[in-house]
Amino acid sequence: MRHFKSLVRPYMIWSFLLIVIPLLLIVLYSVTTGGNSLLNIQFTFENFKKIADPIYRQVFMRSLKVGLITTLICLLLGYTLAYVISGFKERAQTTLILFVTIPMWINTLLRTYAWISLLSDNGIVNSFLDRLGVGRLSIMYTDFAVITGMVCDLLPFMVIPIHTALAKMDRSLIEASHDLGANRRQTFWKVTFKLSIPGVINGVTMVFLLSISTFVIPKLLGGGQYVLIGNLIENQFISVGDWNFGSAISLILAIAILIMIWATRKIDTSEGGER
Amino acid sequence: MADMGNCIIELRGITKNFDDQQVLRGIDLNIYENQFLTLLGPSGCGKTTILRIIAGFDEPSKGELLFNGIDIAKVPPYKREINTVFQKYALFPFLNVYDNVAFGLHIKKVDKSVVRQKVKKMLSLVGLEGFEKRDVTLLSGGQQQRVAIARALVNEPKVLLLDEPLSALDAKLRKEMQGELKKIQQEVGITFIFVTHDQEEALSMSDTVVVMNDGKIQQIGTPVDIYNEPENRFVADFIGESNIIEGNMIRDCLVKFDGFEFECVDKGFKENEEIEVVLRPEDIEIVEPERALLVGKIVSSVFKGVHYELIVETAQRNYKIHTTDIHEVGKTVGMVMDKEDIHVMYRMDY
Repeated sequence: MRHFKSLVRPYMIWSFLLIVIPLLLIVLYSVTTGGNSLLNIQFTFENFKKIADPIYRQVFMRSLKVGLITTLICLLLGYTLAYVISGFKERAQTTLILFVTIPMWINTLLRTYAWISLLSDNGIVNSFLDRLGVGRLSIMYTDFAVITGMVCDLLPFMVIPIHTALAKMDRSLIEASHDLGANRRQTFWKVTFKLSIPGVINGVTMVFLLSISTFVIPKLLGGGQYVLIGNLIENQFISVGDWNFGSAISLILAIAILIMIWATRKIDTSEGGER
Repeated sequence: MADMGNCIIELRGITKNFDDQQVLRGIDLNIYENQFLTLLGPSGCGKTTILRIIAGFDEPSKGELLFNGIDIAKVPPYKREINTVFQKYALFPFLNVYDNVAFGLHIKKVDKSVVRQKVKKMLSLVGLEGFEKRDVTLLSGGQQQRVAIARALVNEPKVLLLDEPLSALDAKLRKEMQGELKKIQQEVGITFIFVTHDQEEALSMSDTVVVMNDGKIQQIGTPVDIYNEPENRFVADFIGESNIIEGNMIRDCLVKFDGFEFECVDKGFKENEEIEVVLRPEDIEIVEPERALLVGKIVSSVFKGVHYELIVETAQRNYKIHTTDIHEVGKTVGMVMDKEDIHVMYRMDY
C-alpha cells in the first residue's frame, strides 16, 4: 500500500506547480496593480470595485441568465433523453450513449462554425424557410443562437450523469412502487426522479459551470456585441492586457460557482435525509 | 386440509415464454383464502415467474389469472389488491422506516392520522416499535425484512406474495423469521404465497406445498403428503433424502423390487405396472440378516450429528439408511421396513 501511495507524489508536485500556484497568482493579481511587473506591485481593491460598474454588472447578469436558461433546457432535454435511453436493453444503451458523446469528439470551434452555416442569414435554415415561403429570419447574434449552440455543446454533460444514475437504479424499487399502488406518473416522481437526483445535481453543476464561463460560442454565435463573463475575462487578458482586472473577474466567478455547488449539494443532502 | 375457504386466485393453463424459452408450461393452480401456500422448486423452475404474474410484473403468454373470479392478467400491478415482499426487500433508500411503511397509504391519500395509527400498529406487529425515524439503509437484514413485510401488510392486501424473503438471512435468523411469518399470517388472516427453494422452510411453514420443476407443477399437497407420498421421482428426490428403486406393482398392496415381493398400502395401479418405490433412509431398520429379505454389507458409516448415515451394498444397489445406532462397517445386515413406509409412485419418463 505504502509503495503505491508514493506513486501519487509526482502528480501532487505537478498539480501544485500548475494548479495551486497559478490560483494563488490569480488571487495576488486580483488585489494588486501593475500588471506583470512584480517589482512595483501595489495592493488595491480597485479591481473589485470596477466589477460593480453597471456595464460589468450587466455582463454578469446576462451570463447568469444565459447559463440558467441553458442549464434548464439541458436538464429538460437531457433528462428525457437519459430516461428514454435507460429503457433500452443494456447493449443498446451503450450504443446510444456513444451517439450522445460523438459530437464531443469534434472540436467545439468546428461545431460552432457548423452552427453559423446553419443559422446565418444566408444559411441552410433560412434558405429552407425561404423555400417554404415563410421568409428569412435573423437568427444569428441573438440569445436564441447562443443558447442553441450552448445546449448542443453541453447536452452530453447532462445526459451522461443522469443516465448513469438511472441505469444503476434498482429496478425492483420501481416494481415495489407499482406494487404499493403508485401508477406510472406517481412512481416517476416519488421513486425514479428521487433516485436520479445525484445524477441531476452532477449534470446541472457541470452544465452551469461550463455555460457560465464559455467564451467561444458567444463570440461566434453572439457576435462582437454579445459579451459574457468568459468573453470579458478573455478580453482583459488578450486584448486589453489588464491582467489584474481579469483575475478579479475570474476570482469572483470562481467564488460564485463554489457557492452554487455548495448550495446544490445542500439541496442534495436535505433531499436525501427527508424528515 | 382443514377449512378451505373460497378460492381467491385461480391460475388456468398459464404459460410464459421469455424470448424462445418456455419457463411455464401450463400451470393450473387454485389458491384459497387464508392459505399459506409455498411454491417450492430448484432455481429456474418457474416459481418466481408465477409470483411475478400474480403480482402483475409479468404478463402470462397464455392462460387466465382469476382473482375472485375475474381475469386480472392484464390489470396493472398498482390496481391489484396484492402486495409483495421482495427478495432483496426493495426498500426506498431515500425514505425512513415510517415513510417506507406509509408509502402505499400516502399514495392512496389516506388521512394522516389514520396513516400514523396504521403504521404504528404494523410496526408493532413486526416488532419494530420506535424504529419510525431510522434510516432503512442502516438496518440489519432481519430488520429490513420486517420493514418490507410491514410496508406490504399495511395496505391490507387480500394476498401477500413473498419472493424468497428469507434467503438473505443467516441460518439462525431465518429459523426465527419462519416462525414469525407463520404467526403473522395467522394473525392477519390473509393468503400468503411464499416462494422458496428451501424444502425445510416449505415443509415447516406451509399449509400447502406446490412442488415445481421445469415450468411444471410436480405435486400439490400438505407438507406431510409431499414428504410421505411423493408422486414422482423428482419430488421424492427433491424433498428430503430417499432411496428410489424401480419395481413392479404386482397387484393392489403388493409390490416387487430387487427380486422380492413386499406388502404395501398403495392401490390403484395397473397390474404389473412399472413403478418406482421411495424408501426414506430413516424408515429402513437394520436387523439380523436371517430376519430380512434384503441383505447387504455395510460399506460406510458417517456420523451426521443426530444420526449415522450408513450405505448398505446389496446385489442390486446401495441403500442409504439413517440410524441412531452404531453399526460396524463390513458387517452383513438385513433391512426391513413397515408396509406404510414403502411409497409407490408412477414412473417418470425422462
